Amino acid sequence: MATTTAERVGAAPPPTKRRLADRDNVLAWVFLLPSVVYIIALVAVPFGLAIAFALSDVTAGDPSFDYVGTRNFRRAFDDPVFWRALRNTFVFTGISMLLIVVLGKVLANILVANFRGKWLVRFLVLLPWTTPVALSSIAWLWLLDSIYSPIDWVMRQVGFLGPGENMYWLGRPGLAMTSVIAVHVWRLTPLAAVILMAGLVAIPRDIEEAARVDGAGYWRRMFEITIPLVLPVIAVAALFGAIFTFTDMAVVRVLTRGGPNDATQVLASWAFYRGIEGGDVAQGAAVALFLFPLLLAAAIAILRAVRRIEGQ
Amino acid sequence: MAVDGARRAADPAQRAADPAQRAAALRRRYALRHAAARVGVYTAAILAALLCAGPFVWSAVTAYKQNRDLYDPSNNPFVFNRPPTSDHVTYLFTDTAFPTFAWNTLWVAVLVVAITLVLALPAAYALARLDRPWSGPLGIAIFLVYLVPPSLLFLSLSRLVVFAGLQDSTWSLVLVYPTITIPVSVWLLMGFLKSIPRDIEEQAMVDGYSRLGAFMRAVVPLAFPGIVAVVVFAATLTASEFIYALAFVSPTDQMTVSTGVPTQLVRGDVFFWQSLQAATVLVAVPIAFVFNLFLDRFVAGFTMGAVKG
Repeated sequence: MATTTAERVGAAPPPTKRRLADRDNVLAWVFLLPSVVYIIALVAVPFGLAIAFALSDVTAGDPSFDYVGTRNFRRAFDDPVFWRALRNTFVFTGISMLLIVVLGKVLANILVANFRGKWLVRFLVLLPWTTPVALSSIAWLWLLDSIYSPIDWVMRQVGFLGPGENMYWLGRPGLAMTSVIAVHVWRLTPLAAVILMAGLVAIPRDIEEAARVDGAGYWRRMFEITIPLVLPVIAVAALFGAIFTFTDMAVVRVLTRGGPNDATQVLASWAFYRGIEGGDVAQGAAVALFLFPLLLAAAIAILRAVRRIEGQ
Repeated sequence: MAVDGARRAADPAQRAADPAQRAAALRRRYALRHAAARVGVYTAAILAALLCAGPFVWSAVTAYKQNRDLYDPSNNPFVFNRPPTSDHVTYLFTDTAFPTFAWNTLWVAVLVVAITLVLALPAAYALARLDRPWSGPLGIAIFLVYLVPPSLLFLSLSRLVVFAGLQDSTWSLVLVYPTITIPVSVWLLMGFLKSIPRDIEEQAMVDGYSRLGAFMRAVVPLAFPGIVAVVVFAATLTASEFIYALAFVSPTDQMTVSTGVPTQLVRGDVFFWQSLQAATVLVAVPIAFVFNLFLDRFVAGFTMGAVKG
């Protein structure tokens, strides 16, 4: 869009070009309009539509639109699975975010250090994040298999499990949730590390050097200089991690399909299950809508924290 | 490195009251601490690499295993207990649509990245530089769009996709994926463009370029690291997107890797495990390789964009 405008302007005679292309307010609109129109058409409109669906009785079989008020929400509230999914979403997001940020910081420190074979280590460390999540989750599905799990094999070798015994990683409620969180943390930690690397690289070298000359040891420098300085970036990494986690259902979907007995069901996977597989579009939309206010609250909280830290 | 440490150690030692002895003691302590730090760094690096890449190494081994080797819980899962076979990897290329999936993923990613840049770069420039009164709120609004996740939109977007006549076509993904990539790209590029000194485009305009010309010839080349960051990020997001691909596209020949591999190689309860593992490694390695090539630029772009912006 912008390029075609540019060509059109370029094709015009020079005086017109100078005037049009120099007027900032016209240019600002020309530059912004394509993105704004696109986002309104494919985010704002569907968002409105999602709200409309949530207040209707639309199903896959009967797409005609009838207003039913808050019936879908009341039905969701009456369903114990909804409450379980909501709780799971919070547990899933809270625990994985904490782990992702802490491990991401550790990993970032490793990746900015100087050592031989750095290129290879970086390549290996990036793998979990750059691999399409559906594929890496499938690799984990076998690693956590009920009979053939290699992890079980190792545990049998060292004697944690008796011969023929298995952990059933994905078959027991608590363990299934742990497995889902572990895979998710494994996948997102490299992203957090890359974002935090950006923060570490940005720290002025002289501050670090000055502290070193003053005799501050590694851990002291870490906790009293590095971490306070990269706190805004940590918040950014946490925000990215939270959004990815909160709205993600790929790991849950591939590993457990929400089971056993909805023990690992999260809001996103439940909305998908109801809306696409169950064909109850209205109910799915109502469940999915719950994600938005929670996300908004989290984002505002984190952005305010960043501003407060930067304001100091 | 060791010389470096010694030189640094010599510095505070010179200030010491009793030079010779204390210098020697200090130097020894620093040398010890230095050696310990090196060992620590290497241990941590190897451990991190193993934790992150372990499953992929094991996947690569598994891909070449015979069925009788794989489906025996008493066999060591990390080595070949029977001679390796390439049958399952060959199967992936000859009997499944894997090459089609890979090709679909590739061209969708290229088109989405192109659309993202064409839309996001001018938008970011307008928000960062053209000082309209509404640019602040609009910038925040665009970032908030990023918070409206696919899991909230897929139901109504699938209606819009049907309305556009793109259901069951890979093109539906080209249409929809920029909703994920544009907001975050605008946000990253905005911060990046703010860090480029205004003098540069003002100089270009004094030299006779229009504002548009200054943007194209002076600003865009300088924003290159930021653009690389956006390209890499957008491509990775596109390749791993799952929900839209699952909801919009069901014919096999239109699928991307992230939905095609799981649906094609898992038939009912039968998993083609070796082929699945092979597909995972074959997709993972090239993407990580390219990402790693641009990692430093990506970090630089992110530093400018998110940290200073």
